[in-house]
Amino acid sequence: MSTATRFRTLKDMPREDYFSPGNTLCAGCGGILAARIFHKVLGPNVAWVNAAGCMTVTMSYPLSPLKSNWLYTAFAAAPAGAQGVRDALDVLIAKGKIPASEDMKVVVVTGDGAAYDIGLQSTAGAIDRQLDFYYLCYDNEAYGNTGFQVSSSTPFGSSTKTTPATPAYPLGNMVRKKDLFEVWRSMKAPYVATLANSHGLDFLRKVEKGTGIRGPKMYIALAACPTGWGFDSRDSVELEKLAVQTGIWPLKESVDGVVRHTFVPRALTPVSEYLKTQVRFSHLFEPEEKTEAIATIQEYVNAYWKDAGAREGFEVKAPSARARASPSN
Amino acid sequence: MKGKLLTGNVAAAAGAMLARVDYVPAYPITPQTEIIETIADWVREGKMDSRFVQLESEHSMLTAAGAASLAGARVFTATSSQGMLYTLEMLYNVSGWRAPMLLANVSRGVAAPIVLEPDHNDVLSARDSGFLQFHSETCQEVTDLVLLAYRVAEDKRVMLPAIVNLDGFYLSFTREPVVLPEQKMVDRFLPPYEPVGPMRATKPVSRGSSVFEGYLYSYFRYNQHGAALKAKEVFNEASREFEGLFGRSYGPVEGYMLDDAEYVLVMSNSFTGLGRQAVKRMREVGVKAGLLKLVMIRPFPTDEIAALLRGRKVVGVFDQNLAPGSGGILYPEIAGALYNRRGRPNAILPVVGALGGKQTTTKELSAVFEEMMAIDREGKTPAPMFLMRKDELSRVKKAISVAEGGS
Repeated sequence: MSTATRFRTLKDMPREDYFSPGNTLCAGCGGILAARIFHKVLGPNVAWVNAAGCMTVTMSYPLSPLKSNWLYTAFAAAPAGAQGVRDALDVLIAKGKIPASEDMKVVVVTGDGAAYDIGLQSTAGAIDRQLDFYYLCYDNEAYGNTGFQVSSSTPFGSSTKTTPATPAYPLGNMVRKKDLFEVWRSMKAPYVATLANSHGLDFLRKVEKGTGIRGPKMYIALAACPTGWGFDSRDSVELEKLAVQTGIWPLKESVDGVVRHTFVPRALTPVSEYLKTQVRFSHLFEPEEKTEAIATIQEYVNAYWKDAGAREGFEVKAPSARARASPSN
Repeated sequence: MKGKLLTGNVAAAAGAMLARVDYVPAYPITPQTEIIETIADWVREGKMDSRFVQLESEHSMLTAAGAASLAGARVFTATSSQGMLYTLEMLYNVSGWRAPMLLANVSRGVAAPIVLEPDHNDVLSARDSGFLQFHSETCQEVTDLVLLAYRVAEDKRVMLPAIVNLDGFYLSFTREPVVLPEQKMVDRFLPPYEPVGPMRATKPVSRGSSVFEGYLYSYFRYNQHGAALKAKEVFNEASREFEGLFGRSYGPVEGYMLDDAEYVLVMSNSFTGLGRQAVKRMREVGVKAGLLKLVMIRPFPTDEIAALLRGRKVVGVFDQNLAPGSGGILYPEIAGALYNRRGRPNAILPVVGALGGKQTTTKELSAVFEEMMAIDREGKTPAPMFLMRKDELSRVKKAISVAEGGS
């Protein structure tokens, strides 16, 4: 982390809230929590640019919980909307048509459907052009607003409405989650970071760090989704914590392409501890435990941390994947 | 006054420069590309005080355009054909945002199959989007309509985006004399854009919010319709002022040899010139022929059309577009404008022609007039005409035989 930070402890989290209490999102929504924290760090002068998703629904005429600017564009086009707003502010300030005090931080906010799938092209364009903006992807690993269909962010083994687990397809989704962090990094975004609501200080500092960088500042926030994932809404933050402790959700950042993990678990909690808390993975445990599949997920996680450790010089104690995978029948 | 020789594309770019646009998000497509290349040159040479940015698709281009307009910039952009189709989702959004930006469309037929030359399926696909539409016959009209379109779009009674259409090749790459208005005079005609409720740090707004109640949604849609209808009156006002300043006059429609005309052909865009020649030719042989040109297609100038077509014997509607399974797109709109009027024409003949820029002869248009006369004489129900000459048909047959491996 940068040495100069105004965030020493969680108590340094700004008290100002730019989302009023009460909105139409689900109780326990990790997405709106991430957006709230994000906004606290950026301060009041923000223009949010949105693509279709859960956040869209909460800005419903004539009400808005937001105290800053909002523009809904279309599913595929939020970064292009950010381009228009950013360019307009720049050109109007340069021509003296509006005072510099009207300048704003332009923030794209979308779910994973827009970020990983339909909006990836416009995101790539904005990164290519080194647009000076923030991108906050609240990642609940499926199309949540339409009822939880698979996206390219959905992890291996998750059941969704369009990849249901059935006797013929016992694992649900059989495709691995796209590595959007690496996609964005490879496109030469100067700053890319992952966030979890459970790790508030890490979250605050990463957003703060972005404010000192010109160009695309790209964030992927884990967004625990009680309705989509199937868990009690009060456990939202706990679940994100477990995602980090199991190593399923690595906390990291990339500055000018150099990756650093900002939280390295000493010993990974077995993935099954995380998987078994959610209905979307319940078919991996019932009617009988699918030990092979769970071992595969553990192997993915172990391999990830082994590789990351080798590159960054740390060691993570990983649970044995195959100990659990011994044939039980 | 003699003008400079400019292509339609440069005439469009010149209109944007004279309008002092702040922002030009762009994406290349034939035959429009010369517009954005010209503007990119002018911006980089310091001749034009605008920000130019090339996006990665037309969809993004139009999103950036609309968003910048909401943030208070005067925005110009251009597209053609597939590009217009690719913007379609955003056309509806941008008009719903009430962002009065301008889009020049250089008409080109749409794929499949791929073609480069013009017809109007591209621009008419935007027919229901809420964009105002102004269609030009000449390069002079391109420049003038760009200025008029901004004036109308940005009027507080309207606040809607607009399309200025020009035909690919026939106008885009054709040099015609264009009188460029003096900047000083343009500044009088077109004051700086004043956005309504722009996105500002000191006065935050929500734009593009969802509206889930049908009654609210209906209200906003009706409101948009009302604003679009209002655009005609605003256009007429602006046009009178334009004429006073620049000496050229524009109406929502334009008549040619209409005074005593019994047979009237309705046309738009660059092929109208050919229509005028056909009218002259018919007049030479004693037929009372005339022509009605559509300049404004959105809002649709229903009253003007009805007034100018009142009492004619037969009207032919020349559609340079095709909706497969229905026919020409403007024919039912013209028919709808006339049906409830007293003294409406006895018959309306639907004609489809010049698709993909198919070269059309005055002889073909004369045949259309002859068909109108035959309908009147024999009292028969008009059957749609699809123009294709015999020499073209034999070339078609030859091409098919080559494609099938013949010689």
